[in-house]
Amino acid sequence: MDLLRRFLRHPGAVVGAVALALVVALALLAPVLFPGSPWDMAGAPFAPPGEDGMLLGTDSLGRDIAAGIAYGARVSLLVGVVATAVSVVIGVTLGALAGYLGGVVDDLVMRFTEFFQTIPSFVLAILLVAIFTPSIASIVGAIAVVSWPPVARVVRAEFLSLRNREFVQAAEVLGKRPLAIVLTDILPNALSPIIVLASLNTASAILLESSLSFLGLGDPNLMSWGFLIGSGRSVIRLAWWMSVFPGIAIFVTVLALNLIGEGLSDAMNPRLRKRGSA
Amino acid sequence: MELSHLPGFLLRRVLKSVVVVLAIVVCNFLLIHAAPGDPATVMAGQSGAADPQYMEQLRRQFGLDQPLTTQLWIYLKGVLQLDLGYSHRQQAGVAGLIMDRLPATLLLTGAAFAIAVAGGVAMGALAARRVGTWADSVITVLALAFYATPLFWVGLMLVLLFSVTLEWLPAFGMSDPGLAATGIALWWDVAKHLVLPAVTLGLFYLAVYARLTRATMLEVADQDFVKTARAKGVPEGRVLRAHVLRNALLPVITFAGIQAGQLVGGSILVETVFAWPGIGRLAFEALLARDYQVLMGVFFVTSVVVVLFNLLTDLLYALVDPRVEVA
Repeated sequence: MDLLRRFLRHPGAVVGAVALALVVALALLAPVLFPGSPWDMAGAPFAPPGEDGMLLGTDSLGRDIAAGIAYGARVSLLVGVVATAVSVVIGVTLGALAGYLGGVVDDLVMRFTEFFQTIPSFVLAILLVAIFTPSIASIVGAIAVVSWPPVARVVRAEFLSLRNREFVQAAEVLGKRPLAIVLTDILPNALSPIIVLASLNTASAILLESSLSFLGLGDPNLMSWGFLIGSGRSVIRLAWWMSVFPGIAIFVTVLALNLIGEGLSDAMNPRLRKRGSA
Repeated sequence: MELSHLPGFLLRRVLKSVVVVLAIVVCNFLLIHAAPGDPATVMAGQSGAADPQYMEQLRRQFGLDQPLTTQLWIYLKGVLQLDLGYSHRQQAGVAGLIMDRLPATLLLTGAAFAIAVAGGVAMGALAARRVGTWADSVITVLALAFYATPLFWVGLMLVLLFSVTLEWLPAFGMSDPGLAATGIALWWDVAKHLVLPAVTLGLFYLAVYARLTRATMLEVADQDFVKTARAKGVPEGRVLRAHVLRNALLPVITFAGIQAGQLVGGSILVETVFAWPGIGRLAFEALLARDYQVLMGVFFVTSVVVVLFNLLTDLLYALVDPRVEVA
C-alpha cells in the first residue's frame, strides 16, 4: 500500500497509468466498437477525418483508420507483453547463473551478453524475422532475442550483491538446495529493478514491433500500427491522417509505459528520488 | 593510464573485436542453416523459383553436402577474403553493393551523431544548471517525448511539415537528379537533402544524451573537488565548464560506443522514409526481395563498423581519463 501511495504521488506515473488503461480498454473493446474486420472496406477511399462517418478517415482502400488503430492496439500490447516476458525469462536465467555461480560461468555469460549489446540489434531483429518469415511468433522471438541483455546485467549485479548476504549464507548452512535459494531467497529481493526494467522494455518492444511492421515485417494476418504508418508513407501528400493518427497511438502508449516505469522506479527506491532520473 | 600500458590495452581490445566479428560470421552461418528449407534456397534468396543450375552451383561452392564444420570453414574463409556472397537478384557481389552505399550511410549517421551529441550535451548541461526551473522541466519533458516517438514517424511528420506544407526542404533522395550540379553547388544540394534525415535520426539520441548529461552533471556537482573549486573562489561558469561538464562527458563517450549499433539500426528506418541511398535503403530493398545474402552482408558490415567505432571510443576514453582501468 505504501508502494501504491508513493506511486500515486508521482503525477507523471498517474497520467501514464490512466493513458495505458485507456489503450488497454480500446484493445479489449475493439470488436465491440468496430464490429467488422479492420481489413474490410468501410467507406470511400481517402476519406479525410470526420467525412463519410469516419472519425479518423479511411486509407487508400477505404478501410477505417480508427478501426485499424483499435485492432492494432491488441497486436502492439500483446507483442509488447509477451516479448518482454520471454526476454525477462532469458535475462533472469542468464543473469542469475552469472551472478550466483560467478567465475568462469560469469565470464562466459557476460561475454555473451556484451556480444548481444554490441551488434546492431535492430538489424539482427530484421534478419531473424525475415529468415523465419513474418509471423507473430517470429516477431516476438526476434524482439526477445535482442532485448534480454539489460535484464541479464541488472539481475547479475543484484545477485552478486545479494549472494553473500547473511540470510543467503544462513540458507546455505541450513542445507537448502541452490535452486531453492535462488528462487525463494535471492530472486524475491531482486524483483523491484526487474519490474521497472520490464515496464521500460515493454515500451521498447512496442516501438520495435512498430518499426518491424513499418518495414513490412508485420504478421500479414494482423492489423498493426506500424503497418498502418507504412502503408500511409507513400501517400503522405494525399492523406496525412493515414500516418499521423497511428503514430500518435504509438507515442501515447510508449510514453505511458515509460512514465509508469519511472514512477515505479521512484516508488521502489524512495531514497533515489529526484536524483539522476536518467 | 600510463601511455606505456596503451599497446597491451589496445591489443586486448583488438583481440576482443576480432572475436566479436568472428562470432557474427558464425551467427550468419547458423541462421542460413536454421532457416526453414534448403540452405541453398536461402542463399539464392528466392523461395521455390530459383533455377536448378544456380542452386547446384551454390551447393558445390559452399560444400552443402559436406559436414557442418567443413561448411562453416568454407563460409568463414569466404568472408575473411571479403567475399560476402553474390546477390542473384541484383546480379552483383554483395560486398561491392554494400561498399557503394556505405559512404551515404556514414554521412547520415555521422551528421545525426553530431547533432545528438552537440544538442544533447547542451540541453543536458542547461537542464542541470537550471535544475528545478521551468527550463529544466521543458527539457526533461522534451527528452521524454523524443524518447517515446518512433523514428520513422518523426521522419514522416518532418516531411509533412517541412516538405509538403512549408516546401522548405527536399523530402527524398540525396541530391536533385535534375540539377546535375558539381562542386560547391552539389555539396549544398546534398546538405539540403541531409537536414531532415539527420535531424530525424539525431532527435532520439539527443534525448538520450540530454538525460545522461543532466544526470551525470548533477552527480558530479556534489563531489568534493567541485566544492573545493567553489571554495577557492573559481567563478561559477568556470566551475561548470572546467570541472563539472568535463567529468560528466566521460559517460557520454562510453554511451556513444554503446549506442553506435542502435544508430546504425535506426538509419535503416530513416533511409527507408527518406529514400536515402545508403545501406539501410539497400537492406530495405533486400527485405522486399527476400534477398538474404544482402541482408546478412548488411548485418556483417554494420557490425564491423560498430566494433570499429567501439574500439575508437575505448581508445578515446583511455586517453581522456587517466584513471581508466587497464582491463
